Amino acid sequence: MIIIMITTTATATANIITDMFAYEFMTNAFIAAGIVAVVSGLVGYFLVMRGQTFAGHALSHIGFAGATGAGLIGLAPLWGLLAFTLAAGITMGALSERISNRDVAIGVVLALALGFGLLFLHYHTSFATQATALLFGNVLAVDHTMIATLAVLGAITLAALAVIMRPLIFASLQPELAEAKGVSLRFVSTAFLAIVALAVSECAQIVGVLLVFTLMVGPPAAAQRMTTSLWGGLFVSAALALAEAWLGLTMAFYTDWPVSFCIAVLSALAYFATLPTRGVRHTHATG
Amino acid sequence: MNIVTLEHATLRIGGRTVLSDVSFDIKAGEFIGVLGPNGAGKTTLMRAILGLLSPSDGNVKVFGRTPERGNPAIGYLPQLRTVLPDLRVRGRDFIASSLNGERWGVPAFTRHDRGMIEKTLDAVGARDLAARPLSDMSGGERQRLLLAQALIGAPKLLLLDEPLISLDARHQEVAIDVVRKVCREQKITVLFSAHELNQLLGTLDRVLYLGNGQAVLGTIGEVVTAPVLSRLYGTDIQVVRADGHIFVMSRGLDVERADHLHDHHHDHDHGHGHGQHHH
Repeated sequence: MIIIMITTTATATANIITDMFAYEFMTNAFIAAGIVAVVSGLVGYFLVMRGQTFAGHALSHIGFAGATGAGLIGLAPLWGLLAFTLAAGITMGALSERISNRDVAIGVVLALALGFGLLFLHYHTSFATQATALLFGNVLAVDHTMIATLAVLGAITLAALAVIMRPLIFASLQPELAEAKGVSLRFVSTAFLAIVALAVSECAQIVGVLLVFTLMVGPPAAAQRMTTSLWGGLFVSAALALAEAWLGLTMAFYTDWPVSFCIAVLSALAYFATLPTRGVRHTHATG
Repeated sequence: MNIVTLEHATLRIGGRTVLSDVSFDIKAGEFIGVLGPNGAGKTTLMRAILGLLSPSDGNVKVFGRTPERGNPAIGYLPQLRTVLPDLRVRGRDFIASSLNGERWGVPAFTRHDRGMIEKTLDAVGARDLAARPLSDMSGGERQRLLLAQALIGAPKLLLLDEPLISLDARHQEVAIDVVRKVCREQKITVLFSAHELNQLLGTLDRVLYLGNGQAVLGTIGEVVTAPVLSRLYGTDIQVVRADGHIFVMSRGLDVERADHLHDHHHDHDHGHGHGQHHH
């Protein structure tokens, strides 16, 4: 009896998978989402560690103006997204290592960017389709060219992250000491925000500019609740992002709900599941 | 051999002269208590020794040379300690980040590095903190961890900027004992800045008193006297010795204690992790 049940379950699972991958757009979506999820989980880990999640959010909104602007001059949205987020990330980092934490200034700039995005969209012929795809992602429309682009961008992002990782961790955890030891806080901060800009641009291709938090903040925040080890946290963050992206795609395939919604739900569930059960944390005890 | 030498050094920050025409020599293995009112230049002096600030006049020499940023022979515990409010990184990884943290690439630790980290954790009795996240630690626990970190890599010179802040009386004594023990054993030269002279009385070899743009280095008998301190504080100071303790008083007020209380308040703010406070 049990054996039969297991066999049926196994066959059912096999069917689910073969059903999905019978469609090329699903295969493409899985590959693209996989690349982006790993990059987002790893870069996002440091974003959360540095307390700069809001800066990451702002970058994606600024990217929206770039993406719609690129559409106006006949370029693919990704290039506009990249150009604007990179420029904004480098500016934020170069102005000051502290400005990236200034919520009001960032908030004003991101609202302005969204406004410009809307203006550019106004001149598009297919207003609604474009807007939805940019804001909420359109992973099911990913083609081979996009996969190749995402793979190259992802490799560049992770390589750059690996190069600055050691001073980045040092500067994030102990800025005063890092400076004393010869780390340029401004350079590290600028380079990191440029890396975040790349990751945001990739992430927006999958879940859209409004939902980059689902892959770049949800998984790392949950990972930091699950383990306090640095390497363990990085690994869990990437694994969670990957699992949420792929499960989200599967869920979307069978429910016909939007992919980004499914990923957003899974991301939020994972985060809330790792929150401490007791309401009050007893930090800030006196020394 | 002189470890730290200042020759007619003048240190300025943003146009303000903090120390003016200061000269002294600190010898190998000395435990120097650095004292003086708030803003007297304790942190500025340490930054000059670290090579973060060049003298606008005169010379600063460390190990006989002009100091350069990132000298591994100097262990440093900064006073302004920004700790992010929700940092879920465990103590061991936190202090390991400082080990060759200025180098490019992905962090990797040899067996030797790991052994060194564990040894210093044991030396300051911070082993219990190694597995706990920073966000769950009290100010005092973080302080102990940072002390361990300053000792990693067997430094020859230790700059401790107000290491006793936010420690309770018992942990203050433990911290002083640990520093004294480690430094005597390994012949490390220590600059230990503090607000209270009395706790360091049995430990320090000489005292470096800063104030009013000047610095006086000498034994307690030479420096902690009414004429010298009146000059440094720029006001009438009485020095009262009682029962093995020394009280530095201005118009009947204990000046050290008043400063100390003031700083505790600041540190309380730090504990909430805003990280944008400047002393």
